[in-house]
Amino acid sequence: MEMFDLSLIWAVIIGFGVIMYVLMDGFDLGVGILFPFAPDEAARDVMMNSVAPVWDGNETWLVLGGAGLLGAFPLVYSVFLPALYIGVFLMLAGLIFRGIAFEFRFKSRRNRHWWNRAFCWGSAVAAFAQGVVVGAYIQGFAVEEFVYVGGAMDWLTPFTVLTGLGLMAGYALLGATWLIMKSEGHVQAWAYRITPPLLAAVLVVFLIISLWTPFVDPAVWARWFDHIQLIWILPGLALLCAVVVFRSVQRRSEGLPFVATLGLYIFTYLGLVVSKWPVIVPPNYTIWDAASAPESQLFLLIGVLFVIPIVLAYTAWTYWVFRGKVKVGEGYH
Amino acid sequence: MELDPLLLSRLQFAFVVSFHAIFPVFTIGLASYIAVLHGLFYKTDNPAWDRLAMFWTRVFAVVFGMGVVSGIVMSFQFGTNWSNFSLAAANFLGPMLSYEVVTAFFLEAAFLGVLLFGRGKVPEGVHLFAAIMVAVGTFISSFWILSANSWMQTPAGVELIDGSFRVTAWGEAIFNPSFGWRFAHMVMASFLTGGFVVAGVSAWYLLIRRDVEANRKALSMCLWLLLVLTPAQALVGDFHGLNTLEHQPTKVAAMEGNWETRGNVPLLLFAWPDKQAQANRFEIGIPSLASVILKHDPSGVVPGISEAPPEEQPPVAIVFWAFRIMVAIGFLMIAVALTGLWLRRGGRVYEHRGYLQLLRVMTVTPFLAVLAGWFVTETGRAPWLVYGMMTHAEGLTPSLTGGMALFTLVGYVAVYAVVFWAGVYYLTRVVRNGMLPEDEHAAVDGEVERPMRPLSAAHTPFEQDAAPTWRR
Repeated sequence: MEMFDLSLIWAVIIGFGVIMYVLMDGFDLGVGILFPFAPDEAARDVMMNSVAPVWDGNETWLVLGGAGLLGAFPLVYSVFLPALYIGVFLMLAGLIFRGIAFEFRFKSRRNRHWWNRAFCWGSAVAAFAQGVVVGAYIQGFAVEEFVYVGGAMDWLTPFTVLTGLGLMAGYALLGATWLIMKSEGHVQAWAYRITPPLLAAVLVVFLIISLWTPFVDPAVWARWFDHIQLIWILPGLALLCAVVVFRSVQRRSEGLPFVATLGLYIFTYLGLVVSKWPVIVPPNYTIWDAASAPESQLFLLIGVLFVIPIVLAYTAWTYWVFRGKVKVGEGYH
Repeated sequence: MELDPLLLSRLQFAFVVSFHAIFPVFTIGLASYIAVLHGLFYKTDNPAWDRLAMFWTRVFAVVFGMGVVSGIVMSFQFGTNWSNFSLAAANFLGPMLSYEVVTAFFLEAAFLGVLLFGRGKVPEGVHLFAAIMVAVGTFISSFWILSANSWMQTPAGVELIDGSFRVTAWGEAIFNPSFGWRFAHMVMASFLTGGFVVAGVSAWYLLIRRDVEANRKALSMCLWLLLVLTPAQALVGDFHGLNTLEHQPTKVAAMEGNWETRGNVPLLLFAWPDKQAQANRFEIGIPSLASVILKHDPSGVVPGISEAPPEEQPPVAIVFWAFRIMVAIGFLMIAVALTGLWLRRGGRVYEHRGYLQLLRVMTVTPFLAVLAGWFVTETGRAPWLVYGMMTHAEGLTPSLTGGMALFTLVGYVAVYAVVFWAGVYYLTRVVRNGMLPEDEHAAVDGEVERPMRPLSAAHTPFEQDAAPTWRR
């Protein structure tokens, strides 16, 4: 007998990695999505400088998550990636262009507008593709005998387009509230202005998704409606966070909108997790079906438990060093 | 026309991995060189070493950054195009690849930042330590990757249960039979790559008479290194070949273009292997030499390609010619290193324009040799994905269609073309900017420096007109 349920430990680690990624890369992708709508080029400099110190560390979680999935839950890796083949390519292409644009925009003068475009489109495509992944996960996959048997475009349905747009709006909202916290003057005023409509858009899309999901997956229906359960507190808390975002923007708070937006996503995410738990490759496979051999999970766990505290410490230190406002013109004169 | 997802996936993997490989193969060698430069500066206090270290660290930063970007795609390739293989081999490959990621993150978070940005902010000894740790880290990273690759060539320590590999002995699986020589061969290839690039760039600086003192030192150092390493690499390559002969005889037979099992096998200089006819057309060779090399006996019997049925034979022509390209470049490298030794008399090596021009051109050869070598070992394994246990066809994603594979192949070529253009263009800008004093570099931009964004250490503008003119 195993002393620990390794699959459970790994599910917690991967789940933690996913939400860390969504929250942290979310706001910098959001800043990219908002890029073309910025009031002027000076504002764009502020926007980019506000995420420059941290975006690289944020994407750490994506790579760590991808490798960790192969090591701990290979079935997820070998079903999601073939099923989302085209979408995965678009996401990677988006992230690559965005990363390159990030580096070269700082070093460019004449060609800056090209890098602006690459940054914005890369961010938008990556965000949409990630939203589609969420939608496809809710839908479930055509899997027989542990092998994906669906078509190339199964991932593209009205439902997944909606979740794609939803995540784009969600990331944009994270980006806007991040800018409220990190900027001042006309940039901050602009961020305050766009936050309420973005929040409204996010709530509308989330509401449609929440109402639609039980019809997409009957198991979700059963989980939420068969008998009144404690889990209803999660959407309640998410809604409370949304109210806090709205009120704190009205009162011109600087940090609270961002924190409350984080809360909104954490509770929505937990809501999704409890909807599906313990299924990891819907509709049929649980975390225990998808797991690799226990000796492999254990072997990798040692290394990951060693490195996660270091990554967390490094991340915290980075945010601490670059705390405070980013000023217009800073870093260029 | 029917699009074959298997062929397209193999082409895609070959393209992505070839593109990616050129960056780490350079950074591994360069990291060690930078550590040595730091060590020399620490010991002698000669500012020339410090200037060289600073310059090459900037180059390192850009190349490392490109390697990270192209590497992200690699980690998804296994799942998108080779999902059956991923699922079957995950018990071993998952932890290996994850440990590589873990090593890389640990390295970046802990030491890369200190190396790239710590100059003047940390004591010299700490800076030196960080440089050494970065170099060590690159070796550990390649350790995991090469172990995974070697395991696919010579699988060990696993049992195939219900179509998936279970690890029965981690030690045997990690240190599988071909790992040692492959690792040695690859590490030396990295050193040679670093050596020839540094030599080429130093030669170019000497040609235009910039920073003559520092670049003479750099060139001299490189030439001594190459003098030792080029013949040593030939020796290690030979042992690696003998190891391959033991475990993958068909691959060696394809490298030699030897179809039948026999003695007195000639070393072919030129031939056109014809798989249809199971024979060579137009052979030119040196009698019995292949037998001597492989068996240390002119009449030594060497296994032929036809030991394997035609459907289990690799594409012989590719293996045969890639091997010849690699070996030819290897001998050219030895000749260049020896010429350098000869020109040292009277210090002509720093003045001889023809030789310096030759070194400039030689900069590309290690990359070609490395790619050719990987083509030998990877196509020479075909049709096996995990040698003797799983074929490429069995490992392919079942739901993959030719159209999907073609779409992403074209897509990756397009994306990498842009990335490569921007990266190489920018790298030449960094090299042209040369060894400006640190304060002039810092004046170019004031961007945020982060270890996980290594390019932020380069401090060179993207366009020509924005640059401060470099000094002669």
